[in-house]
Amino acid sequence: MNYFPDEVLEHVFDSIASHKDRNSVSLVCKSWYRIERYSRRRVFIGNCYSISPERLIARFPGLKSLTLKGKPHFADFNLVPYDWGGFVYPWIKALAESGIGLEELRLKRMVVSDESLELLSKSFANFKSLVLVSCEGFSADGLAAVAANCRFLRELDLQENEVDDHRGHWLSCFPESCTSLVSLNFACLKGEVNLGALERLVSRSPNLKSLRLNRLVPLDTLQKLLMRAPQLVDLGIGSYVHDPSSEASNKLKHAIQRCKSIVSLSGFLEVAPRCMSAIYPICGNLTTLNLSYAPGLHGNKLTKLIQHCRKLQRLWILDRIGDKGLGVVASTCKELQELRVFPSDPFGAGNDAVTEEGLVLVSAGCPKLNSLLYFCQQMTNAALITVARNCPNFIRFRLCILDPVKPDPVTNQPLDEGFGAIVQSCKRLKRLSLSGLLTDQVFLYIGMYAEQLEMLSIAFAADSDKGMLYVLNGCKKLRKLEIRDCPFGNSALLEDVGKYETMRSLWMSSCEVTLGGCKTVAEKMPSLNVEIINESDQTEFNLDEGQKVDKMYLYRTLVGHRKDAPESVWIL
Amino acid sequence: MSPPLLGVEEEGQSSVSSPAVDCIPQNGLGIKEWNYLGLSDFSSVDSSGVACLSEDNKNNLNLKATELRLGLPGSQSPERKTELCLLNSGKLDEKALFPLLPSEDGICLPLQKSVVTGNKRGFSDTIDGFSEVKGTVYSEKNWMFHGAGLDSQSPQPLSHAKYSVAQASVKKDGPANAIQEQPCATNGTNLNRTGVFNNSSSAPAAKAQVVGWPPVRSFRTKTLATSSKNNDEVDGKQGPAALFVKVSMDGAPYLRKVDLRMYSTYRELSSALEKMFRCFTLGQCGAHATPGKEISSESKLKDLLHGSEYVVTYEDKDGDWMLVGDVPWEMFTETCKRLKIMKSTDAIGLAPRAMDKSEKDC
Repeated sequence: MNYFPDEVLEHVFDSIASHKDRNSVSLVCKSWYRIERYSRRRVFIGNCYSISPERLIARFPGLKSLTLKGKPHFADFNLVPYDWGGFVYPWIKALAESGIGLEELRLKRMVVSDESLELLSKSFANFKSLVLVSCEGFSADGLAAVAANCRFLRELDLQENEVDDHRGHWLSCFPESCTSLVSLNFACLKGEVNLGALERLVSRSPNLKSLRLNRLVPLDTLQKLLMRAPQLVDLGIGSYVHDPSSEASNKLKHAIQRCKSIVSLSGFLEVAPRCMSAIYPICGNLTTLNLSYAPGLHGNKLTKLIQHCRKLQRLWILDRIGDKGLGVVASTCKELQELRVFPSDPFGAGNDAVTEEGLVLVSAGCPKLNSLLYFCQQMTNAALITVARNCPNFIRFRLCILDPVKPDPVTNQPLDEGFGAIVQSCKRLKRLSLSGLLTDQVFLYIGMYAEQLEMLSIAFAADSDKGMLYVLNGCKKLRKLEIRDCPFGNSALLEDVGKYETMRSLWMSSCEVTLGGCKTVAEKMPSLNVEIINESDQTEFNLDEGQKVDKMYLYRTLVGHRKDAPESVWIL
Repeated sequence: MSPPLLGVEEEGQSSVSSPAVDCIPQNGLGIKEWNYLGLSDFSSVDSSGVACLSEDNKNNLNLKATELRLGLPGSQSPERKTELCLLNSGKLDEKALFPLLPSEDGICLPLQKSVVTGNKRGFSDTIDGFSEVKGTVYSEKNWMFHGAGLDSQSPQPLSHAKYSVAQASVKKDGPANAIQEQPCATNGTNLNRTGVFNNSSSAPAAKAQVVGWPPVRSFRTKTLATSSKNNDEVDGKQGPAALFVKVSMDGAPYLRKVDLRMYSTYRELSSALEKMFRCFTLGQCGAHATPGKEISSESKLKDLLHGSEYVVTYEDKDGDWMLVGDVPWEMFTETCKRLKIMKSTDAIGLAPRAMDKSEKDC
């Protein structure tokens, strides 16, 4: 029953931004479904194989912005073959042929070919924004096509992609008429760019707010760019090496000081620590600071820098900061919400690393902390309990102890109690990554307390199937579960196969599930794709049901088996 | 692809699943006593800590728990230690086939170490005074689980199913090689699940790596590797090309200068200083020494420098005299203004760990 004309409802729906809410709106009744689908502009697809481009287009003809994610998360850590899939080309092709006026495309962990980029650039007259995160498969040629053909391009944001950019002319391909750039991020490119073209581009982009340079932009260019773009809000410095007493350094200092709007700073891929004082004038405004690619910064220079950043809300740093440095963070950055501490030497001796001390200090000093990614040498239950008490607001808590299965070094106990404290205290916890020595007990706690948990990552943990069962039975909102090297077998996998339809995906590698178990899941649940990834020599591949499966990835889908799987992937 | 040890592992699973089953539900105690936000009482710690003990052991511990002791499990009499060793070995049986935990011996050793410091600490003390605990406990970086900071790579007791010997040998090259090696490595490790102990101890001294661990994006690892390399070059190029500091030694007639940029570790600096001050110490220059004498004088000097007679100190930017070796090398080079080799007797009061220092490699 509809008491309002469609336009009114549309207007109301326009103010509903969240995908979840819009999905709920569409379920109310047929007319709401209809109105919602015509008015939907942004769609998020967490697994590109869960739906087809054709069905997307059919349902949302007014689509303007599409976000797609491809490979499973563990692909980041080399656990997924490079040719597994996640190709964007079919999507772009279908969208191009449909006449949809795509304006924004955001991709994560997908394979993007130069051909796709070219097709993209030529098919959508109003295309404005391209964001690629952890993608691969393209070169500077693809970028050149985007630069040349997207006349109203506002955003070109390349984050941590593997790009073959041996030919650096793509920047010069921006036509003189392109003055609409708001965001340009090419920090992940390894090749040179045409510096003159870069300067001219920045000069004619009065709306430019975000600029992230790569390592090969020299200092004098940086200085010129800053002079031309004092309105910048987000700056990524590639190379920051200069002699503090030189003329160039003074000019740079002056240019930096003019940029009073910068609130986000990153980069420093090359840095001479003694030059950091030139940055101090803008530190007081910073809300985001990413020094996780700057191993050259540590010790006093680093802590001095941080002491100037009183408004920091998000800090990404290397573990060279040490526990003491984290103490400085704790006493300085009272507004801190997100902290990520990455390992500077993941495979090394770990002399520079952080321990549970640093985390406790930050938890005590930064009560607003709600998001954590922490690579450390060790962790204790006592520390985790303290952290849980200090910071009950965690939404994301990801702890990685560099030595897997390391217990609490003080008590020699597993870390069950510590993580248990976290899930009990942090009622809004949505994402959790575990590490260290863990038994089934921690999963009991998670199943009992982690009611809002949506994503769980487990490695080298648990004693038996019970662990996995606690989680599957307890966490009602679970969407993504990824497990490696745990003793979970068929009885856990098969206990409740219907559960997997309520989730986006399940990854299990180096566990105890067998081929037979996976086949059973596939038989019982036609709405799931059950993929077995087998990278060994094909002739050895044994079809025995009792054989353990090395890697299994299953996900719900509305469109059945995908057709683009490589030989190493077997869809049951 | 399948480990031929499939049968064995399943056996292992079934034989121990019952104790595991018994442990968790019987621990009704554990569920009631969750009290993470208030400070826990010790009984909850004890019982949850020993959740998997059999009935007998549990009773014994409870008796002990009623005594007025504030130690953590394992921090008491030898008797208790044995119980916990037993506990852990019981646990380990089920784990022996999922090579996720170190050997029996491995677990007991650190327990002994924690006895010393854990003895008088209650759980609440641990929470509040963890930093203190760390100072005492963690300085002994000899945890069996943790090979950090030790140059001598003890045969990694951590045996994981996914050791990749191929990767261990290309450690320096990092993940770039890992990507290429991975297909065969995975294969290899699959077949060698329980043979991993042998693999790891025969692998080169480089710490054996587990595929995909730690979970750091390969992009990040590669970029950091390049950045580190470049920064080393950068430090060498920019600024003063060399960092010469004066080195004085008690009793020597004149000073020397060393370029700190020539070294990247304390050990290198230390051996350079040895060489430099050899003639001073022995009151004779190289020309006068006979070969036989030189050998013994070298070792004598080593003994002098590393033994109790001399310590190396430095003056930092604030003008304070500090013992060399405490801070990371990079921090040291940035703050060191001059060096001084002084007699240990003169160095008392500089740092309480002067004796420990002389035992460690500087």
